Amino acid sequence: MAQQTDIKYLTPIAVEIRQKKYCRFKKSGIKYIDYKDGEFLKRFVNEQGRILPRRLTGTSLKYQKKVAQAVKRARHLALLPFVADNLKTNQ
Amino acid sequence: MLKQYETVFIMTPVLSDEQMKETVQKFENILVEKGAEIIHQENWGLRKLEYQIQKKSTGFYHLFEFKADPSVVAELELQYRRDEKVIRYLTVSLDKHAIAYSEKRRNLRKAREENN
Repeated sequence: MAQQTDIKYLTPIAVEIRQKKYCRFKKSGIKYIDYKDGEFLKRFVNEQGRILPRRLTGTSLKYQKKVAQAVKRARHLALLPFVADNLKTNQ
Repeated sequence: MLKQYETVFIMTPVLSDEQMKETVQKFENILVEKGAEIIHQENWGLRKLEYQIQKKSTGFYHLFEFKADPSVVAELELQYRRDEKVIRYLTVSLDKHAIAYSEKRRNLRKAREENN
């Protein structure tokens, strides 16, 4: 008896091919993250104004620390809110 | 040892343009008196604050970039605290990447002004 162990699917299973995350600072050679540029820093916070984790943005540890530092400085100068609703839609 | 610093402060929006300039001049004089070398300054004008500070939702922003001894910063911040027209301030020391960045930023701004 021929044994067919391979499972065959009628439709190919959807294998998500995710693009590999990369650190945008390393890639584009940015060495210093400016706290005065509130609009740029908005990319690293969520709608409530919280800093996005590294696992979502792909930033390397070295630059995540700098992003966090810059966001905190911007908050102090009221360039970014500490808490907000719908920060992204207001833009 | 001279270090390079950058300081941003916010003044209350109740000031008139003249009073605002006077305040800026006052802090510039303090810096110069203490032997700081002012490299660059920027006036951002009246800006909206992202959250209220002392019940105010706007403020005049001003930035100084200077080279000075660390003791100057202490004196400057003391003067900020004593002046009730200043509602927020931040002084940071610049490392070599920051210095390179601010130079680039300055040149960009200059180029933009020339184009206009």
